[in-house]
Amino acid sequence: MLNLVKTISKTQELTYELKINDVMDTNFQTVNSDMSVSSLREVLRKKRILGVPVVDNNELVGIVSIEDFIKCMEQGKLGDTVETMMTKDVKTLFADEPLIHAVMKFDEFGFSRFPVITRTDNKLVGIVTKIDIIKGILKKLETAYQDEEERKYRASHIFNDIIADNISIELKYFIEGKNFDKAGEASTGLKKTLNRLGFPPEIVRRVSISTYEAEINIVSYTEKGEIIAYIDSNQIRMVIKDEGPGISDVSKAMEPGFSTAPGWVRELGFGAGMGLPNIKKFTDKMILTSVVGKGTTLETVINLENYNKENKNEEEK
Amino acid sequence: MSTLKNIAERFNLNVVSGDTEREVSGGYSSDLLSDVIANAQKDNIWITLQTHLNIVAVANLKELAGIILVNGRQPEETTLNKAKQENIPILLTELPTFEIVGKLYEYGVKGIKKS
Repeated sequence: MLNLVKTISKTQELTYELKINDVMDTNFQTVNSDMSVSSLREVLRKKRILGVPVVDNNELVGIVSIEDFIKCMEQGKLGDTVETMMTKDVKTLFADEPLIHAVMKFDEFGFSRFPVITRTDNKLVGIVTKIDIIKGILKKLETAYQDEEERKYRASHIFNDIIADNISIELKYFIEGKNFDKAGEASTGLKKTLNRLGFPPEIVRRVSISTYEAEINIVSYTEKGEIIAYIDSNQIRMVIKDEGPGISDVSKAMEPGFSTAPGWVRELGFGAGMGLPNIKKFTDKMILTSVVGKGTTLETVINLENYNKENKNEEEK
Repeated sequence: MSTLKNIAERFNLNVVSGDTEREVSGGYSSDLLSDVIANAQKDNIWITLQTHLNIVAVANLKELAGIILVNGRQPEETTLNKAKQENIPILLTELPTFEIVGKLYEYGVKGIKKS
């Protein structure tokens, strides 16, 4: 449901972004006003079109459609010329108008096609039908989609595309203590970035869960801290530092359920004494160092080697 | 398995944010966020009484199908805004946790499979 809404709004956006000359047919057929109705029938039939503008001496003088032709046939006037049956008060569009104007005119008049003229000298430069509009929008959407795909591809292959013996990316996030409204922003930012870089969902989940727990610890117990993620082709290493009170008994802090959380933290659903055990559970390596009164540094590692191996096998296949 | 939408309709849950076309893989109930982080599974529906902003972060982190707030609790304004922004479904019920969990279980939404 939501996707549908999004698609429609994107299409609507495109009807403002695209100009009529982006979608119109410039390779179009015209007829003269002195052409006979039976010749007109041949033109419509051969070109497989349902209507055609009438042009005399390079000037747009009318438009005829298959409906006009049928009316003529009913009245037995097949010997007449195009001039007697054509619509003379032609509704046109300017080539530089946004597509939305065309959409509105189609709705307003119920016509199947509009001749397109230039604003400067009223010269006929194209024809636009509803099909042209749909085709134009689809083409634009396709281009946008391809760009998106290419972007995704590039990001996910960043380590293959960059030529260097070793590549590492450093991402740094600052964390404000005691502010639970902002808690989670650093780990969410890191998660989004890893997704964009094309890491597999499982890796991204593990990184974001472990950094989220660490971030909550910093928010709950300290004034400020930071998360730095060092990414290279083998691993994601995260260093989480704070200038908090420190942990007096590190091994006790690692016991599931052990918590020193104050009441206000517990009320928010944190402080269950599972933060550090969770970090350990979701990472491959964890080193916790703490100096009471100075601060705490947590270093965690998530290996990418297994993932890289699988990736390589895929490519070789 | 059932979608959030089916569940919402069946149990008269008030959907206040997010896309409810998602499939629900099972359920988890807890009010401790770290416990949810440790034990809830992807596409689980999470039943809680917590209304703070960080429930959205946890649901996002664990890729949960949605959050049911119990006992007639309303999400805080910041929570609701964030849930809309991140497309995390929040559903409201007047029932207490025990009742809604019981009904969901009876309906076929089971707890996680411990590996």
